[in-house]
Amino acid sequence: MTKISFILNGERRSLDVEPYEVLLEVLRDRMGAKSPKCGCDSGDCGACTIHLNGRSVRSCLILAVEANGQEILTLEGISRHGLSPLQKAFHERNVFQCGYCAPGLILSATELINNNPHPNEHEIKEAIAGNLCRCTGYTPVVEAILHTTKKE
Amino acid sequence: MQNYQHIGHSAVRVDGKEKVTGAALYTDDLDFGPNLLYAEVVEGPHAHAMILSIDTSEAEKVHDVVAVVTGKDFPYNFGLYMKDRYIFAQDRVRFFGEQIAAVVARTPHAALKAAKLVKVNYKPLPKVLCPVEAIAEGAELLHPNLKNYQHVPWFFPQPDTNIAHHRKIRKGNVEKGFDDADFVLEDTYNVPRYSHCAIEYHAAVAKYDLSGRLTVWASSQSPHTQRNLFANALAPLGIKHNDVRVIAPHVGGGFGSKAGVTMEILAAAIATKVPGNPVKVLWNREREFYNTYQRLGVVAKLKIGVKNDGRITTLKHDLFWDAGAYVEYGANVVNAVGLSAIGPYKVDNASIDSYCIYTNLPPGGPYRGFGYSEFLFGLESHMNRIAKHLNMDPVEIRRRNAIKEGDLTAYGAHMNPNGLHKAIDAVEQKIQWNQPLISNDPNIAIGKGFSLFWKAPAMPPNAASSCFLKFNEDASINLLVSGMDIGQGFLTVMAQIAAEELSVPTSKIRTENPDTDRNPYEWQTVASHVTWGCGNAVRKAAIDAREQIIELVSRTKFLPKETLFLENERVKCTTDPSFELLLKDFIINGIQAEDGTFKGGPILGRGVFMPEYTSTNADPETSQGGHPNVHYTVGAAAAIVEVDKQTGKVRIRKIVEAIDAGKALNPSLVEGQIVGGVLQGISTVLYEEMKFDHRGKMLNPNFTDYKIPTALDVPDEIIPIIIEVPQPDGPYGARGVGEHPMIPIAPLIANAIDNALGIRITSMPITAEKICLTYLDSQKKSSI
Repeated sequence: MTKISFILNGERRSLDVEPYEVLLEVLRDRMGAKSPKCGCDSGDCGACTIHLNGRSVRSCLILAVEANGQEILTLEGISRHGLSPLQKAFHERNVFQCGYCAPGLILSATELINNNPHPNEHEIKEAIAGNLCRCTGYTPVVEAILHTTKKE
Repeated sequence: MQNYQHIGHSAVRVDGKEKVTGAALYTDDLDFGPNLLYAEVVEGPHAHAMILSIDTSEAEKVHDVVAVVTGKDFPYNFGLYMKDRYIFAQDRVRFFGEQIAAVVARTPHAALKAAKLVKVNYKPLPKVLCPVEAIAEGAELLHPNLKNYQHVPWFFPQPDTNIAHHRKIRKGNVEKGFDDADFVLEDTYNVPRYSHCAIEYHAAVAKYDLSGRLTVWASSQSPHTQRNLFANALAPLGIKHNDVRVIAPHVGGGFGSKAGVTMEILAAAIATKVPGNPVKVLWNREREFYNTYQRLGVVAKLKIGVKNDGRITTLKHDLFWDAGAYVEYGANVVNAVGLSAIGPYKVDNASIDSYCIYTNLPPGGPYRGFGYSEFLFGLESHMNRIAKHLNMDPVEIRRRNAIKEGDLTAYGAHMNPNGLHKAIDAVEQKIQWNQPLISNDPNIAIGKGFSLFWKAPAMPPNAASSCFLKFNEDASINLLVSGMDIGQGFLTVMAQIAAEELSVPTSKIRTENPDTDRNPYEWQTVASHVTWGCGNAVRKAAIDAREQIIELVSRTKFLPKETLFLENERVKCTTDPSFELLLKDFIINGIQAEDGTFKGGPILGRGVFMPEYTSTNADPETSQGGHPNVHYTVGAAAAIVEVDKQTGKVRIRKIVEAIDAGKALNPSLVEGQIVGGVLQGISTVLYEEMKFDHRGKMLNPNFTDYKIPTALDVPDEIIPIIIEVPQPDGPYGARGVGEHPMIPIAPLIANAIDNALGIRITSMPITAEKICLTYLDSQKKSSI
């Protein structure tokens, strides 16, 4: 067992982990952060996307010990202060259907907007291409991001 | 046109906020405390083999293992339409990866470790991986006990063969139809298996408490049907229906895969062996591919005769379905297609033979479209080819044959009111069908395609829906239904219906996925029928509540009932504008009379809907005489594609799809179904392919090797069109649209590729590689 600590959604958390424990499982089963989902366990689907020091990563591909001393943001952290403009657009435009890919997709899109406040359509598609969605056909997702980020 | 306050408006989803904040909980997100056990299944490494012995002794010794169960613990069979399935394999395995045993342990790691130590001796049997081989003389029998399986009365298994069901249509005089034809086209189309690829795995947690109560939390499209099947299968243990409670959290995508019962029964059964402990069974991505339902594959032989003016004189459709190892659900796909494989056309002379064939591949089952995508690939390809031969426009040949209200279906019932011709016109206009397409790049060919579609809900003739509507003190409402919101927006639409009838805002209506103890009966959320069926039940419940309100106010305020109406959470009166009574002032506690007593009490609405005109009683040799389908939803689609002649890569410029929703209760949700369904259809025709090796083992059970589209693979433009020709028995005229958008896409793209390159591909998927090779081949032939 190794003692690790990280900042999770603004709060310092510490725990003992086995060296083989995966960050996704630790976040879900031991930290109670259920928004990152497992959809493939091999980095293909993006449902487990979180931010590690502001960069979107697949939490199913990262060992918990690697997160020691890092800053982690999940959708719970984004939602604590109410809906972001992006979440508001997704909500009002009925973008998601089953919603399982939503946490990962919102994290990927949030990273994009943080780095590039006015992305074009292709940049948006590139940014979310690692997040699989079987329901929406992606077009409503892309349109909502474009709507949120268009220049006034 | 009636003016609605809520119906026809694009209300925001009632579950939207949960889903964008991460608050939405799915089955694997639930916490079950320190007693939670984990089950890991042991899988058979043969497509077909007898099980000679199972040795669990080493597995039982592993630390933290609580129990090991095998088929001997559960000698029961089960199934939705035919009881041909087993909880764990009994004497034999019938597909590669079938569950033989399970280890239950305190940790997932211990369960996995111990599962690997279960020793099984097998005697391999000849396997049958192809449906055509499976019906050849002397083929190995998969289910020697077929004749003894219980099944619904509309199935016709053929004992001592691998044919689990044979649906026949005989209508008119097919031979004379061919004699009368000026042109006959005959060909065979191949459609392989596909996987649903919901992003959430199947998951089930079951607890059999020490009093004998069985609770199952499952990612499910079918809570009540699961309760029914669990209770029936486990009845030998003394379990009754009211001992079983199924709770359905949010579902991370269904598409048919979470309908009926598959792996969920493992959790229910295993729990009975470890009383007092919840047990979790969680599938992984690999098992999602090879041990849940798959879409059935089909070899379809199609022969159509036409007159020179394009009118169909006759149609013969023989479909050989690769239905897999167990067909308890998949046989009804075969049945549905057997009834409807004339497509949305007026065909006076028709012969259909739809064979449900056992193979040693994973069980086939429901998948969005329920067989219609599969047969329409051939049929709508055929219509284009016939048009080409007759030098007719592909839209015109369809228009000439398209079915109209009152025309007879293949089984002799009258076609429901529908907007098929309107859809054809709308799509033709929107895609600018007659505008010539010119490519500026010699390496890029441009083509356009057209396809029609239809689909009826496939369900038992007495599939029922029900609803309870409860008011709360503040006149907010809990609307209890047991349809599942699997993403389509069902709950939002149910809230809109109640809101419309009771004149309350949808924001004051809480409606959630069900718990079978709390919510009344619903058959299943499949077949694109819940908006129609449960929508009717909700409307009746709301009207029931409204009538109770009006009755109470009438008798306590001495106002004639016909003068009272609901508006904006109030009861008002047409003859006395000053009269108004807030619902919240009496909806629970009643109305006080002048003598100080109270009248009324909590208002509870109740609604039930079951179609009372459907019947499966028909002549099994012809299928004439019954009324198996409630109605068909129809539509049309067109596409413009670019094909790279050197690589075969297809880029879809535009797809226009029109669907007759009867009444779009929430247009934004209907459009969501269209846009999402179109991409799922594109994916089956251009990208997805299940690969099985000679052992029947799936080679690509993961998203690295089985590709579904990303945001970079979407068409440049998808234009949804909603047509509204009301369904007489639908709520506000609505009928289902959930499955339909993907149905026409495969032939649509095949037709567009033919239009671009002059090549006809008759087997799916139509990958870039296949296009490229076929095109090269056609160039060689034309140069010879």
